[in-house]
Amino acid sequence: MSHQVYSGVPRWIYAVAVLAALVVVLPLIAMVARVNWANFLPLVTSESAVSALGLSLRTSAASTVLCILLGVPLALVLARGRFPLQGLLRSLVLLPLVLPPVVGGIALLYTFGRQGLLGSTLEVLGLQIAFSTTAVVLAQTFVALPFLVVSLEGALRTGGERYEAVAATLGASPGRVFRRVTLPLVLPGLASGAVLSFARSLGEFGATLTFAGSLQGVTRTLPLEIYLQRETDPDAAVALSLVLVAVAVAVVALAYRRPGGRAGRASQRTTAAAAPVRNAA
Amino acid sequence: MTFTFEAAVAGRGFDVALTVGPRETVAVMGPNGAGKSTLLAVIAGLLRPDSGRAELNGRTLFDLSPGRSRWTPPHHRGTALLAQEPLLFPHLNALENVAFGPRSAGVAKRQARADAVRWLAEVEAQELHDRRPAELSGGQAQRVAVARALAADPGLLLLDEPMAALDIHSAPLLRRLLKRVLADRPAIIITHDVLDALMLADRVVILEGGRISEEGPTREVLERPRSTFAAGLAGLNLIPGTLARDGLRTFDGRTVAGHAEEPGPAGEGDLAAVAVFPPSAVSVFLDDAHGSPRNYFEVTITDLEPHGDLIRVRAGSLAADITPAASADLGLVPGLPVHFVVKATAVAIYPA
Amino acid sequence: MNKIHELTALLLAVLMAATLAACTGKGDAAANTSGGVLTVFAAASLKTSFTELAEMFEARHPGTTVTLSFAGSADLATQINQGAPADVFASADTRNMEELQETGLVDGEPQIFATNTLAIAVPPGNPAGIRSFADLAKTGTRLVQCARQVPCGAAAATIEQQTGIDLNPVSEENSVTDVLGKVVSAEADAGLVYVTDLKSAAGRVEGVAFPEAAGAVNSYPAAVLSNTKNSANARAFLELIGSPEGQQVLSDAGFGPGSP
Repeated sequence: MSHQVYSGVPRWIYAVAVLAALVVVLPLIAMVARVNWANFLPLVTSESAVSALGLSLRTSAASTVLCILLGVPLALVLARGRFPLQGLLRSLVLLPLVLPPVVGGIALLYTFGRQGLLGSTLEVLGLQIAFSTTAVVLAQTFVALPFLVVSLEGALRTGGERYEAVAATLGASPGRVFRRVTLPLVLPGLASGAVLSFARSLGEFGATLTFAGSLQGVTRTLPLEIYLQRETDPDAAVALSLVLVAVAVAVVALAYRRPGGRAGRASQRTTAAAAPVRNAA
Repeated sequence: MTFTFEAAVAGRGFDVALTVGPRETVAVMGPNGAGKSTLLAVIAGLLRPDSGRAELNGRTLFDLSPGRSRWTPPHHRGTALLAQEPLLFPHLNALENVAFGPRSAGVAKRQARADAVRWLAEVEAQELHDRRPAELSGGQAQRVAVARALAADPGLLLLDEPMAALDIHSAPLLRRLLKRVLADRPAIIITHDVLDALMLADRVVILEGGRISEEGPTREVLERPRSTFAAGLAGLNLIPGTLARDGLRTFDGRTVAGHAEEPGPAGEGDLAAVAVFPPSAVSVFLDDAHGSPRNYFEVTITDLEPHGDLIRVRAGSLAADITPAASADLGLVPGLPVHFVVKATAVAIYPA
Repeated sequence: MNKIHELTALLLAVLMAATLAACTGKGDAAANTSGGVLTVFAAASLKTSFTELAEMFEARHPGTTVTLSFAGSADLATQINQGAPADVFASADTRNMEELQETGLVDGEPQIFATNTLAIAVPPGNPAGIRSFADLAKTGTRLVQCARQVPCGAAAATIEQQTGIDLNPVSEENSVTDVLGKVVSAEADAGLVYVTDLKSAAGRVEGVAFPEAAGAVNSYPAAVLSNTKNSANARAFLELIGSPEGQQVLSDAGFGPGSP
């Protein structure tokens, strides 16, 4: 089938593509090859490993929820709103995507830390963020929020505003349009954004290390546990890395699975209908 | 009047005043970019004009006259919009789509579904209840969209070229359907198709360059067009000018002889008028061998196209219909200078 | 879509450039090692004193350049294991040195050239009023220390065991630098660091010495590596470290004396 249809891709591109794939895949293969399978189970079920994995899953879930609660309104405002400095706001919000995580950690420290912008106020209120699980969730939300905002804003822009306009002329209030039209329409984009945020939270390391510290059961997530195990027990580090890779693969597969059946066709139609956006003039 | 409207959007050169009576359907026609969609967007509340006011059934839609600023949001206007694409919500089935309006108005779920069932039957789509929009053909989807717009019980129904995206088999069915449902309710329909105007509308408004160039009962506008655009719709030649004793004085000083339906004022005034004649009344000659009661125009052929079993010879804004045999005899090709000749008795002249 | 293609192309170009640069760099390093260059891999805590010692060495051996690489001892040991071209290894603990000995990468017996002991670092003004090791266990004290897996954490664990005082840290960091960082930023009330760290962070933290620290002394071994092509210079460098001048430099940085 693929040989019958002209693809227009030069042969040498395939060679470079294979090279590119190797850049990503080879290190993973090399790591898998180093797994000590005989001790794999004891290594990944040790008390500290289970505690770290559990903490990672819990904090990532919490930060994903936070990302959805905060990110949906932000994406909506960025995609649909019209206000001054909108472009600047978008750039700032996306900054954590390209920022080294440790920089994020330092920034968070000077915000929520004891001596930080909000930290002293929070301290008065009896809230200590630093060295707490809350700090981990904050760090993860900081780095993961842009993923949700980017993918949701993309979905909102692709969908256009025409369904919302029609819904409004049918008598639906802005709140009802949001609940019954906008949200369902961007649900696939929101879902993949949430999954990406979860994955990013799961992999968060630098900001957590800088801002939250590292204590088993409280702030030591799986990446921090791997980093620590590496000091003394490379086998454990490799085994735990494999667990993290497995979780990441599952998450990415979930986010990018081929839309099939009715939902898939419906979304195709949506895009097709949205494509010839006519001038409202 | 059910609906009164006047608004200006400076950025788009839009300045329109319009009324729609109870049970009246008004067709809005005009070239692309004339402001037709702007009109609907302002009425529906999707675009805020710079000034103007509008009222529907005694309720103010907006009042932006100097010193006032009242603006009813779209969902409180009762002006349902049916667009060129059905824009059915893809995540809801046909029944849920139709029930959307009643549900938004606070109607209980059961009642809203019952309403939806009734409206789907009204548009002959009762068998489509459970279908998702992706499972509907273009014509089916547009019928469901009509039901959805009607179910919202709009005070004024806005239709933006509802037939434009349909194939030639679906359009007649929808047109019949619209004729039935629009018969007793106020509506504004944007269309490019003179057939829509004739079948669906009581009145036609011609929009050109953001302003109304002509309006009147559909039949009258098509039979006695006063604008070039309306003449084009009716398939008639139209020459603008001023009323003269012996016919029509064109802007470049020629006189077109014709039959003045209403005698002009004594003497030559500045009363704007048009000379109108069908292409079938035009003869084509290669030279000016013709008698006195005829009008002749020296023109250059721009296009030849089939028109029924005749050939339509276009020359600028004028057209002549002749037989293929005559066209062949004369050796007509684009670029050829010819004379268009028309008898004065075939030319109707009336004030514009 | 186009954007993505452009981005991919850019990425590819950067990747290639980086690869080329990396290859070139490695070639240069290899060429230099065979010349009059001495490569020393040293634990991060030795940065100040070894930089001074290297200058001293270069002054005494004209024509020889000393290249220093500082990192965590475990990282350095791993790099040497993977074939990194080093002539001398100075570790902050004996365990990493022993691992290299087992794989036969060490030439001769390592010499303990310095010792280091723990001290308490507190933010300026000592807001939590820490005066002793026991104070660290007070409830409400935000203590940061090293994780047991790294030498500074192991030393703290030893002292805990000896004193019977159970510490309850809010964070167990991977390196002593991270512990120091959290004290400097005043996030922590106290941190368990090395005496040498107090010297390097003087002014930004205050130190509280405690006698129990003597119970866990960290030894710093140094050795010539077996694949050195420069063993004469390597041995000379070890001798400098052990000499009175070398020991003075280390002592100035806060290290305790080595065992001759």
